[in-house]
Amino acid sequence: MKFINIFLIVAIILNFNFLKADEIQTENKIAKNLRCLICQGQSVYDSDSEFAISLKLVIKNKIQEGLSEEQIYNFLKMKYGEWILYDPVFNRNTYFLWLLPILIFLAGGAIIIKRFYYKK
Amino acid sequence: MKSKFIPLILILIFLITFVIFFKGLKNTNIYTPDANLKIEVPSFKLKSFENDSIVISEKIFKDNDYYFMNIWASWCIPCKEEHEFLMELKKDDKIKLIGFNYKDNFNNALSFLKDLGNPYDIIVSDKDGTSSIEWGAYGVPESFLVYQNKIIKRFIGPINNEDLLEIQKIIR
Repeated sequence: MKFINIFLIVAIILNFNFLKADEIQTENKIAKNLRCLICQGQSVYDSDSEFAISLKLVIKNKIQEGLSEEQIYNFLKMKYGEWILYDPVFNRNTYFLWLLPILIFLAGGAIIIKRFYYKK
Repeated sequence: MKSKFIPLILILIFLITFVIFFKGLKNTNIYTPDANLKIEVPSFKLKSFENDSIVISEKIFKDNDYYFMNIWASWCIPCKEEHEFLMELKKDDKIKLIGFNYKDNFNNALSFLKDLGNPYDIIVSDKDGTSSIEWGAYGVPESFLVYQNKIIKRFIGPINNEDLLEIQKIIR
């Protein structure tokens, strides 16, 4: 009898979290990729503000509803704008941001090659 | 020739960096979203504040009426500031005020309304804050002006006298 009781308690405790292990992983991954809009320099995952707590709950609910990671990002982008995503999308406003490192790299390479050939 | 050129470039680089950072000083680093979005009202199913009955958003928002959706909480200090303007807005019968009680304790919220007056026609309680995320809200206080099932204006933070005048101008 005691054994059954303990078994029941363990079973109940294990069932408290309705997300599966991999779903918790995706939940955390999504939360880490989102900017906490009312905090500065923190992701939703790191923050304990009311906003972040609610947002984490929304993500959890959406995962349970069966939405994919991409769909959740799109949903939040629709509600809060692109700023909420840490990964900036390639568009007219951000092409400079994305291309500048490549340009600097190419320029540096050009300088090195020029020097190398001049020495020869 | 070469020694003249390098300092000039260095000074130029420093100048450019200085100008960029100096201009950046004046920018606000608080993100402000587009306040005039015409988005559909998100649907919600929430418990009523007074009793346990369920309130459905489709039954609240009807066409050809103005609604002022205000997210508030008794623990939020700026909400007290804006409360007098809400009371003022209540006098206008062209607009209905909907309170969105955000993550609040029932008794505290009740005494808040008792002390300062109840400007709301309908109050729903958002216990875990998930519905305000659906609205794209940041926190408390925040308000949305709704007309024909669309959010026509949003106010982040407490509303002031100017906002009140603007609202009255829109609904006239």
